[in-house]
Amino acid sequence: MATFEQKLARRSFVVTAEMPVIDGGGRADVQRHLEPMAPYVDAFNATDNPSAHAHCSPLAVSLALSQEGAEPIMQLACRDRNRLALQAELMGAAMHGIVNVSCMTGDDVSAGDEPETRRVFDLDSTQLITLARVLDGGRYLSGRAIEPKPHFFIGAVENPGTPPFEYRLRRAAKKLAAGASFLQLQLCYRPQLLESFMRAAHDTGLSERLALIPSICILRSVGGIRFVATRVPGIDVPGELLRRVEQAADAEEECFEISHELASHALSLPGVAGLHFISFRKDAGIAKLCARLGIPTRLEREPHGDSAPVAV
Amino acid sequence: MSAAPRLLAAAEHLVKGPIWGCEMCGQCVLHSTGLTCPMTCPKTLRNGPCGGVRADGNCEVKPEMRCVWVNAYERSERLPAWRGHIDHLRPPVDNSLKGTSSWLNLISGRDRRTPAGWPTQSDGHV
Repeated sequence: MATFEQKLARRSFVVTAEMPVIDGGGRADVQRHLEPMAPYVDAFNATDNPSAHAHCSPLAVSLALSQEGAEPIMQLACRDRNRLALQAELMGAAMHGIVNVSCMTGDDVSAGDEPETRRVFDLDSTQLITLARVLDGGRYLSGRAIEPKPHFFIGAVENPGTPPFEYRLRRAAKKLAAGASFLQLQLCYRPQLLESFMRAAHDTGLSERLALIPSICILRSVGGIRFVATRVPGIDVPGELLRRVEQAADAEEECFEISHELASHALSLPGVAGLHFISFRKDAGIAKLCARLGIPTRLEREPHGDSAPVAV
Repeated sequence: MSAAPRLLAAAEHLVKGPIWGCEMCGQCVLHSTGLTCPMTCPKTLRNGPCGGVRADGNCEVKPEMRCVWVNAYERSERLPAWRGHIDHLRPPVDNSLKGTSSWLNLISGRDRRTPAGWPTQSDGHV
């Protein structure tokens, strides 16, 4: 089976998904989460203390994913580590054959359950992308040589749904120039904003050089959509969408319909390299949504002659 | 630090503190960020806004404050000079310059010194 990097290089449609956070459940928990998603998902994001809540580290979860036969994308945020720790984490990943990394700023500590934490932000996300490229080139930031040099397939994130809107595309281009090959886009509940971003990326040729992957979240309840609307930084949920879920006879079904509408819209846009799915429960929501969208399983998406089944 | 550089640093802070909220990082990039100091961003981001900016353009961390980078972008578009400089890749902050005069570091070239591994223009990416 081709790697995530190879699939994007040959411009195959990709599906990525967020591995839910792992706490005490260990590898068994990783396994349970993987099972229903694995047929569709090319690579899984191992998150780095999302919303500034502590969980198992992204390197540990990436390693567990590898051991379970799944391909990880290790997220790395600038919030909790200085440049020495970031380099150590990246080199640790390389040591275990983890090549996909997604570099991000990180939600502020005030979004978390330990707001008294000291913020680090020694580097910003664009500098972290550059740092990963420097390591990939066989040097530490200090210039000290690394032999043999590690390899990283570098990604990052961008938020098309929040100000300054016109600058977001230039920021994406800056991340490309810094060394990013793919961007996973933040959840966007205002389809017209994602559309303007994707159309501009297409018209300027950016989406030809940088794989852009919009995100879709499968929520389950009124509480879930309220949480995203009020507690997740940078995501604006329109009032009418909230009311749709609040007034629905079956909130879970309504949430699924909304996810389907947003995903169908994203798929209709030019320059979309794949979709990134987020679902917080151990369920078949992602598989169900992929099936409904007509997205083939990853085995079915493999070109002929390269479709040997892989145990997951 | 000897007396002259200390005096210059004090003078610089006297000017830049009230106007830009200068944090004395010692490597001033005001001209390339729309004359908005990126060190006043609670995440001290040097290369653009984070993804947490609120729908009204205010800061994720300080909801009452307009995002430093929303301001920086708008102002950089209005500046008659340094157009496009906002898109330049700014290197990591050199923390050893904290508290020193960026005026002096500009003249000496010290503020342009980056770690040996950091890419230079000739690497073709920056």
